[in-house]
Parts: sequence; structure tokens; C-alpha cells
Amino acid sequence: MAETSSLQHTPLHDAHVARGAKMVDFGGWHMPLQYEGILAEHRAVRTAVGIFDVSHMGEVDFTGPGALAAVQRLITNDAAKLTDGKAMYTAVCYPDGGIVDDCIVYRHGPENFRIVVNAANIAKDFAHFQEHAGSLCKIENHSDDVALIAVQGPQARGLVARLAGDDALLQVPSFGFAAATLAGAPIVAARTGYTGEDGFELFVEPARAVAVWDALLASGAASIGLGARDTLRLEAKLCLYGNDIDATTNPLEAGLGWVVKLDKRARGDDFVGGEALAQIKARGNTRSLVGFRVTEGKNIARAGADIVDAGGAVVGKVTSGAPALTVGGAVGIAYVPVALSAPGTALTISQRGKTFAAEVVKGPFYRRAEPAA
Amino acid sequence: MSNIPSNLRYTKDHEWARLESDGTVVVGITDHAANTLGDITFVDVRVASGAQVTAGALFGTVDSVKAVSDLYAPVDGEVVEVNGELDASPEDVNTDCYGDGWMLRIRPSDAASFERLLTAAQYEAFLKED
Repeated sequence: MAETSSLQHTPLHDAHVARGAKMVDFGGWHMPLQYEGILAEHRAVRTAVGIFDVSHMGEVDFTGPGALAAVQRLITNDAAKLTDGKAMYTAVCYPDGGIVDDCIVYRHGPENFRIVVNAANIAKDFAHFQEHAGSLCKIENHSDDVALIAVQGPQARGLVARLAGDDALLQVPSFGFAAATLAGAPIVAARTGYTGEDGFELFVEPARAVAVWDALLASGAASIGLGARDTLRLEAKLCLYGNDIDATTNPLEAGLGWVVKLDKRARGDDFVGGEALAQIKARGNTRSLVGFRVTEGKNIARAGADIVDAGGAVVGKVTSGAPALTVGGAVGIAYVPVALSAPGTALTISQRGKTFAAEVVKGPFYRRAEPAA
Repeated sequence: MSNIPSNLRYTKDHEWARLESDGTVVVGITDHAANTLGDITFVDVRVASGAQVTAGALFGTVDSVKAVSDLYAPVDGEVVEVNGELDASPEDVNTDCYGDGWMLRIRPSDAASFERLLTAAQYEAFLKED
């Protein structure tokens, strides 16, 4: 067993342990890997509703007249497009275009933005934010003051609206957010997630997190651990920082070009990494992050497996891989040379002394039936 | 607490071995290993009947939803049977690791090699220090 005393705990930690969750060290946090089992939890989110403790994620707030300029300086996406109550996904880059983190930016007001960052990156991101935008506005790390509970699945929005007694929540658009009250706790419900399902992520003060969590459980939501979180996000082909993207990868090759808004530079909103990304875009990527499906046997490619050419030379690397529990078979994400990135291209994966075939697949492996309103 | 039957022998790689009355040794993975792996989706035994295996040599892998783990032969000998049922029902390793979840049957080339494996008490002590 890992030494757990040095690990950080979320406000829901004791509730996970009390429910008998299998706990693991995740980026310095003592977090639930699974409760009932990954298969059952994955299925609960795809067919009903599951709740995830994602309180380990970080919240950094930008306030003051320069808040928008500071956010614009830091993110690759264009925060000028946000209105109050709207959020956007973005990358944050180093000057060389490598990825610091992938984040969601929330506009609470014209001078009030929040960036939610990955748990393992909180200290690194906060230092990066201060270094590159600290002179533009007040930047505060509120990660310890905020708990975050994701409610995901086809029944998620209805459940939250019912418990909050607030039908207006059903009108919150994708990547929108609104304040409400649930189990006596003031919450902000954001229509975002990391599972491929519809749902909310609920911001709540730490002292009230258990009350909100318990109310959701009592209404039939299944508690979901990090194991199913990973199989769900992979089926939706959502990147995991540290696996699929990191400082050695850039957003253009990682399939995140849609959140790189080079045009905002021309308006005077240059951003960290903007020049490097403009140059990379001009000369073209050498590799691409692609989705693939294993086409031979029951093999399951895992992160770290090699992509090899006909002669056995390593040409690429698998960054995520697991069974696709809803759509069947095994899927994954890999960096491959651009010449091997077109959908339908046959790949050969080498893993543990064995090779097997796979095929490049476009888009998410799983799409929910109901389009987001 | 893990289920560690006293009539079996064990390896530090979490395989179990059972000596049958006909002198063959049946091999699988322990309850501790199956629990650690979680939902098992694929048992890939890469040796067939008639193959020679060496103690400590890789004979396949077992995939769960979250991880893949190597399988090592506990004794030297000839593979005399592979549990083909696991192709269709790999979850047997989770539900009955010491029964329907067995993987290989080996005829040991050296009967004494079985006696060199960990006893249940030794394996239990090994798990505690692990």
C-alpha cells in the first residue's frame, strides 16, 4: 500500500472511504479508483446518472479591470467570445507552444474569470499564470476553497434540477453555468463534463460538499471512481493531461487546433506560445494525435505501447488505451506520423513482445444519442 | 483480506499452483491479483499444449479494464492443457480465480520444483510486506 498520510484529501475523502471505495494515489491526492467496479460504474453513467468527486481539480480566479487581458494572454482560445455565464475549453501553452495544461475558463463577470485546472498541475499552472499575467490583474489560487462534483449521464440534468427545485437549470446551455441551491448549499452548476454524456459540474463550498454528495446519492446517483472516469473520457476521445498531452506536445498536433485562435493576436491579444504556434502551423505538423480501434483479436493497447512500421521500427506511441466498454472492442489514442493519420489507415501496435493491428478512427468512439441542446 | 487457500502454492508474481493427483500442476492467478486488476476482460495465454515452459518465464498476459499484467509460469515443464473457456468468459478469473478461472495445466519436468514455491503462509506474509 502507498503511504497515504502525505496525500491530499478532498472534502469528500472520508465519505469515499466510508463507502468502501478502493482508494489510490492520483497526482498526490488520495482518490477513489472504484466503488462497485469500473464496468458497472461506466454503465451507470452511460445509462442513468453517476457522480464524481473532482474536488482535487484547481480553481484560479482572475479579477480586476485587467482580468480579460490576463486570461487572453494565457489561453490559446479567445476569451473575448465569452459572455457572463459562459465557459470555454482551452489549452494553456509555454512560449515554445508546449502545453502547460488544458483548462476550462468561466466568465463570471466582465472583470471576473475563473480557470479550472488539472489537479496535478495546480502549483505549476498558478506559477505560470503569475509569471505571464501577474502584472495585469489579481490572480488568486482558490483550489482549497472549492469542491467540485460532476453529475453525468442521461438523467444528470433532470436530477440536479429536481433536487435544486429549479427548472431554470434545464435551460442552461452547453458550456453555460448558473447559480442555484441544492441540499441547502449554494452551488454553481456548469453544463460541462468529461464523460461524453450530458450533465453538470457543481461548484460548492467544501463544508457543504458532503451534503450535496449525499443528496445526489440518496436520489439514486451512482458514485463513480477515477477508473471509470478514464474509460468514459477515452470513449469520448477526450485528452488526459500527462497521458495524451504535456509540455512536449503542442495543441495543433494534439487535435486541439480548434481552441487555438491565432487570429486574436492580430487584434492585440497575443498569447504565450502564440508566435511558436503560428510558426508550427505555417510549416505543418510532423505528427498527429489520432484515435484508433484495435482490429485484431481481443488485444487491448495500453499507454506506452509502440506504433511500428512494416520493418518493426518505432514510428509512434500510444498515449491512452483501454477497452471501449459501451461500444465494444478496444480503442486508444496515439501519436503517429501525419502520413499515417488519415481515418482508415492501418496501424501496427507493438506491446509486450507482441504485435497486432489497429485502424485510425475519426472522432469520438462513442457519441451520446441525444445531441446537446 | 485476500482468500489464500492453504492447499495451494504461490509465486511472488501472484500466480497460484495446485498439485493434482496425476502429478500435473494447475496454474492461475490469486484472489489478490484478480482484485487488484479489477474487471478482467481478456486472458491471453500465449502457449499451447505441448509447449515447454520455464519457471519465471512469461506465458501470457491478463487484461483488466484498467491495466494489463504479465503471467509467469511457476514451474518448468510441458503445457498439457490451456483453459480455452476463458476466451469467452474471462470474468471467471474475478468470480472464481481458484476454480473456473484456472489458466494452464503443466506436467512438471522436476516434481520437486513445486515444493520450492511459496506456501500459503509465506505468500500471506509476502502480501503483508508488499
